[in-house]
Amino acid sequence: MRLYALAVYAFLYLPIGIIALFSFSAGRSASSMQGFSLQWYGRALNNPFVMEALWTSVRVAFLSALLATLVGTMAALALTGMRGRMRATFDLLVQIAVMIPGIVIGIATLIALVSVFGLVNPWLEAATGWKLSLGAGSLIGAHGLFTMSLVVLLVRGRMETLDPALIEASNDLGATPFGTFRQVTLPQILPAILAGFLLAFTFSFDDFIIAFFVAGAETTLPIYVFSSIRRGVTPEINAIGTMVMAASLTVLIVAQLLLRRSQAQQRR
Amino acid sequence: MAMTQFRARALLLTPAGLWYAALLLLPLAVVLIFSFGERSAIGGYAPGFTLEQYANLPARFAAFRNTMTLAPLGTVASLLIAYPLAYFLAVRVSPKWKTMLLVLVIVPFWTSILIRSYAWIFLLGGKGIPALLAQIGLDDVRLLNTPFAVLVGIVYGYLPLMVFPIYVALEKLDKRLLEAAADLGTPPWRAFLQITLPLSMPGVLTGSMLVFILLMGEFLIPAILGGGKVFFVGNALVDLFLQSRNWAFGSAVAVALVVIMLITVALYTRAVKRFGASRDDVGLM
Repeated sequence: MRLYALAVYAFLYLPIGIIALFSFSAGRSASSMQGFSLQWYGRALNNPFVMEALWTSVRVAFLSALLATLVGTMAALALTGMRGRMRATFDLLVQIAVMIPGIVIGIATLIALVSVFGLVNPWLEAATGWKLSLGAGSLIGAHGLFTMSLVVLLVRGRMETLDPALIEASNDLGATPFGTFRQVTLPQILPAILAGFLLAFTFSFDDFIIAFFVAGAETTLPIYVFSSIRRGVTPEINAIGTMVMAASLTVLIVAQLLLRRSQAQQRR
Repeated sequence: MAMTQFRARALLLTPAGLWYAALLLLPLAVVLIFSFGERSAIGGYAPGFTLEQYANLPARFAAFRNTMTLAPLGTVASLLIAYPLAYFLAVRVSPKWKTMLLVLVIVPFWTSILIRSYAWIFLLGGKGIPALLAQIGLDDVRLLNTPFAVLVGIVYGYLPLMVFPIYVALEKLDKRLLEAAADLGTPPWRAFLQITLPLSMPGVLTGSMLVFILLMGEFLIPAILGGGKVFFVGNALVDLFLQSRNWAFGSAVAVALVVIMLITVALYTRAVKRFGASRDDVGLM
């Protein structure tokens, strides 16, 4: 039993370990280890295409996560304790957004936006000289749609465990609804909101399939890595991969710690 | 008071509602409409009302066949590998190590699937496992760009998602039931079949459904490890929308994929209900 578990852990970590190991190779071959050097990290960090893709990814991930967290939290606050048709509609929307495969969301967003832009652009261009096109904006919108749904699930889950007596007490003591929210509700749901933000950021940062369809002329880091793999593997990609894994891991560990803290509060 | 509360709620829900309307409902409606349309001469979409695209679906039969064989196969393979590990973590490991070992299972899941799949190019390619096999006399074993490679990628990618719900189900299992069975002289294998396995069914069903749904829309793993020879519906969709730009037919393929998925989920949900599972078992988020 113990041996079996060990074998499964080896299976889980061997591929990741190999990428990290090869990224420190001094040779030109991507699939073997020849000496030790950090040159591929230097190469990756000095490659303008890599840096531009990284900057696009970070920008899109940050803005989509910010919007998703804000809008998702607002929706979660409204939905808590709500009954009736409105609640059922939103529950259904959240479920659809989470369940429809990313690839279908990607193509649907692509053809819908291209069609809408096709209708609007001639008119818009005549009036303002501007044209709408796919790019960072559509990426933020499509990523945010999915991650907003995650935020709704997370924050609503936390809201439903809050003690209503605290809110009633605050109201009875004469606090305004906004005052109660700021001083009683918000501090208790803050860890869930932050965890939602970090999960949203990581999702957007790691996503390939939705971005592949709606990024337009923009290149995100996963799109860059995918097209590089298509051309052949290089140690530079190993270095980029290792850095990306390290970065997402850091963010996720923070998210997990926050969630754990929020759950610990829940038990108290 | 009731009125202001209603207005506050409506105000809070408006941005999310608009977002869902513009980027979920509208796009899905467009796909549905396009699937009844025609391909225009320059690619893209031309309005129409025809069932031609759906009649044409058998042209992509291979993609559907691969998806509908490798997705269930991958789900079962993940289940068979995940179950013993989940059992080990839930029943055998001392509480001191439990959390850490569990986190170690989930960590790879939260790193980029693109990079994790790409790692297998090294392991399955000429200089990897085939080279090792050649040393023990098995020459010319091709692994990369085969269904096996895609299956390995699938199990590797989705194993954590399977371990977690099964672990949760096994963790809840009352150990006294097993002690009672042992006291009454039940051999361990029968206790496992009659107590442990049935009680862990909710986790098994939840995990299988999650993995299966995600596999149905998979693109990256076949694209990276299947080398164009083993392709899923996802790969057909990328081809139809980004290369041959046949939007009408592509939309029909997408609608067919979602419909097959919904039917499967509906059947599954019925099975899950019968076993009394709850969706709360999914604690990965």
